[in-house]
Amino acid sequence: MFETVILMMDATVRVSTPLLLACLAGLFSERSGVVDIGLEGKMLGAAFGAGAVAYVTANAWLGLLAGISVSVALALIHGFASISNRGNQIVSGVAINFLAAGLTALLGQTWFRQGGRTPSLPEGGRFTDLTWPFAEQLREVPVVGPLYSELLSGHKILVYVAFLAVPLTWWILFRTRFGLRLRAVGENPAAVDTAGISVAWMRYRAVIACGILCGFAGSYLSIAVGSGFGVNMTAGQGFMALAALIFAKWKPLNAMFTCLLFGFLDAAGTRMQGVELPVIGEVPLQVFQALPYVLTVVLLAGFIGKAIPPKAAGVPYLKERS
Amino acid sequence: MSEVPAIELRQINKSFGPVHANKDIDLVVKKGSIHGIIGENGAGKSTLMSILYGFYHADKGDILVDGTKVTIADSKAAIAMGIGMVHQHFMLVDNFSVLENVVLGAEDSAMLAGGLSRARNELKRLEDEYELRVDPDALIQDLPVGLQQRVEILKALYRSAEVLILDEPTGVLTPAEADHLFKILNVLKDEGKTVLLITHKLREIMAVTDTVSVMRRGEMVATRETRNTSMEELAELMVGRSVLLRVDKTPADPAAPVMEVENLTVTDSRGVQVVKDVSFSVRAGEIVGIAGVSGNGQSELLETLSGIRRATTGTLKIAGETIDLGTSTLDAADMRDKNMGHVPEDRHRMGLINSFAEYENSILGYHRDPAYSKGLLMDIGAIKKAAVEEIEKYDIRPPNPMLKTASFSGGNQQKIVLAREIERDPEILLIGQPTRGVDIGAIEFIHRRIVELRDSGKGVLLVSVELDEIRALSDRVLVMFDGKIVGERGANAEEGELGLLMAGVEDSQMSVAGGAQ
Repeated sequence: MFETVILMMDATVRVSTPLLLACLAGLFSERSGVVDIGLEGKMLGAAFGAGAVAYVTANAWLGLLAGISVSVALALIHGFASISNRGNQIVSGVAINFLAAGLTALLGQTWFRQGGRTPSLPEGGRFTDLTWPFAEQLREVPVVGPLYSELLSGHKILVYVAFLAVPLTWWILFRTRFGLRLRAVGENPAAVDTAGISVAWMRYRAVIACGILCGFAGSYLSIAVGSGFGVNMTAGQGFMALAALIFAKWKPLNAMFTCLLFGFLDAAGTRMQGVELPVIGEVPLQVFQALPYVLTVVLLAGFIGKAIPPKAAGVPYLKERS
Repeated sequence: MSEVPAIELRQINKSFGPVHANKDIDLVVKKGSIHGIIGENGAGKSTLMSILYGFYHADKGDILVDGTKVTIADSKAAIAMGIGMVHQHFMLVDNFSVLENVVLGAEDSAMLAGGLSRARNELKRLEDEYELRVDPDALIQDLPVGLQQRVEILKALYRSAEVLILDEPTGVLTPAEADHLFKILNVLKDEGKTVLLITHKLREIMAVTDTVSVMRRGEMVATRETRNTSMEELAELMVGRSVLLRVDKTPADPAAPVMEVENLTVTDSRGVQVVKDVSFSVRAGEIVGIAGVSGNGQSELLETLSGIRRATTGTLKIAGETIDLGTSTLDAADMRDKNMGHVPEDRHRMGLINSFAEYENSILGYHRDPAYSKGLLMDIGAIKKAAVEEIEKYDIRPPNPMLKTASFSGGNQQKIVLAREIERDPEILLIGQPTRGVDIGAIEFIHRRIVELRDSGKGVLLVSVELDEIRALSDRVLVMFDGKIVGERGANAEEGELGLLMAGVEDSQMSVAGGAQ
C-alpha cells in the first residue's frame, strides 16, 4: 500500500511539472495584465522546437534552448499584437494556438516525414533522470528510503526547475522592484505610466518570462518525459494550466498546490483504469480528465471563495485623451 | 519682478486631430504661490497640465522650469524636474499598501526591502512636516477618498516635487475634506512649494489661490491676482459672456405629495445595505434636494425609485397607488407609466445610447408610446418632428436630429435627456447629477428648466453631489450619509451645516461640532 502511495505521488510530480511551468508562465503574463490563452500553443511550439533540435544535434540542452526560443518568439507575437497594437488578447492567443498546432505538424512532416512526429531521440538528445547521492543505498530503508529515492530523487532536471520556480516566482513578485511594477501594471497601468515607467516594456518583459517558462514546459514533454515530438502532444495541458491559474487565484504557491492536485487527478485516472470499484464499478478515465475543469467552473461559480483576476487583465492600455 | 518663475509656458500648442485643445498658451507661475487655472470642461486645462507632466507632447511651444528651457519627454522626466501631479482619477493601485504605492517607480534598487524602509522613514518625516497622516500599511481600497488623495500628494512629495499640480482635486471630497486639503496646500506653500490648482469651481479659486488664470476653448484668456477679481468676473471670462450664478426663483408653493417613500431599504449585490430605512415625500410644486458625498446611497435610491433596482423592503405611494417595493416587480417602463420621469445620474451609461442618432435617443424609454408608432413599425416622421421641437425649445446644438449623440457636447447631451423626460409631462421628475460635466452656460439653462417644471406644479427629486447646486435649487434639502437620511433643512440651509451632515456628524452632535468650528 505504502509503495502504491509513493508511486502515485511520484507520478503526480511527473504529470504536474509541465502544468506547473505553464501555470507560472501564465501567472507572469496575466499579472502584468496580458491574458494568455496561448499557453497551449507556446508549449506545443516549444515541444516541437526542442524535439527537432535535440534530434538533429543529439544535445538535450540545445533542444531546450530551441524550445525556449520558439516559445519566446510566439510570446513576442502575442505581445506585439496585444501590447503594441492593442489587439484583442483572446483572439491573439487563439491564433497562436492554431498557428502552433498547424505549423508544428506541417514542419514536422516536411522535415522528418514521419506523419508530423520527430524521430526518436538519440542518446544525449534526451534529459536523463538525476539520481541524488545515496539514493540506491537508502532505497531499502523503510519509509524514508522510498520517499527519498523514489519521490525526491530520480526526476529530470526540469522537474526540479519547475518546483524551484515556485519560490523564485514568489520572491520576484513580492520582493523585487520588477515584481512590484509587474503587479502594478496588471492592476492599474495608468498608475505605472504616471510614475514614469513604460507600461509596454513592463508587459513585454512579462510575456518574455511567460515564453521562457512555457519553453521549459513544452521541452519537458518532448525531450524529458517523451522521446521526441508527437502531433498535438500537449493535448490541452496549456488550457489545464490556465484553469489551474484561475483556481490558484494568480498566486505562485497556490499554483503549485493546484497543479499537484490536477496532476494527481490525472495520475489517479490512469491508475484507476480497468479497476472495478465496489458499487460504482469502473470509473471512466474521462471523469478524471474532466475533474480539473469541473473544479474550476465550480470555483468560478463562487462556491470556493472568489477568484479575482488582476484588474487590468485583458484590457489593452491606451493613454486617455483627457 | 526679478525672481525666476517656477514654471513658464510660452506659446504652447496642442491638437488632437481637428480639435485644437491648446492655442498659443502663455503662463507664468510664481515660485511659492498657489496658482489656479479655471475653465469649463473641455477648455483645455487638463491637456495643458498633461503636457507639463510629460503625458502628452506639445506640438509647438517652450516649457521653462526655473528659468531653464526643458524638454519633458515623459512623466519620468517631469518627476526628475520636480514636477508632481495629483490626477483627478487617482493613479493608485487599489490592492497595494500605501507604502507600495508611494515607492512604485521610485524604488531605489532592484530589491524592494531597502526602498520600502527608506520610504517608511520618509513618510514619517513628511507626515510631521505637512500634517499628512496616513497609515503606511493600509490598503488603498480600504481608505476613504480623502485619504487616497493624501497618498497621491505624498507620492509627489516623496519624489521631492517642488511644483505640485492638482487636477480637479475636490470633486470627490466633502466640504470638510476640501477645507482640509486647502489647509495642506497652504502648508505646502509656506514650505516654499508651488501649487497649480486646476478646477472649474469658482469658490475654490477664490478661497485658496494667489493668482488665477482663466482658460476658454483652448485659449488662455486672462490672468488675475485673486484678490483683485471676483467670481462674477471669472465666470464671465470662462463663458465669454455674463452669466447668472444664482438661480432666480420664488419661494415654493407646495401642494399635496406626489410621491411618498416609506421605510425604504436597499441591499446591493454584495449584500451590503446601501439605503437604510429611508422615508420622505415630495410634494407637487417643490424641489427636494438630496445632498451627500457620492457613494452614500443616493444613486441606489434613485435607481430603486425609478424601477431599475430592487428594494429589500419599503413602500412607495405614487399616482394614488401604494406599491410594496419589497415585492413589486415594476420596472422602469412601469414607473414611467405612473408619470415618473427619470434623468439618470450617468447619461453615458443610462441616459443615452451614444451611437444612436439624436432623434432615436429622444424617445428612449418612450418608444412604446402610440404617438411614435404606425402599427408594428416606428413612425420615424413623428419621432423626428418631436425631436426637432425639443431641439428648438431646449436650444440643443447642433440642431440636427440625425447626428449621433456622441457628437454633442456634455451640456447638449444633458439637454437631450432633460428634454426627453420633461416634455413627457411627468408628475414627478427624478434627476441625478443634472449638471455633471456640463458647461456653465448650459447649467444656467438646465437650472431654469428645473425651476420652471416646479413652478408648473410638478414634484422634483434632485440628487447632486454639488452642494452649490443643491442649495441653489432645493426648497427642502435632505442629507444622506451612509445610506441614511441624517438631516433635513429648509431652502436657506447653511453650507457649513450641510457639510457637517454630509460628513456624518449627526444632528444631535451638531451644536457641539458647530461650537468647535
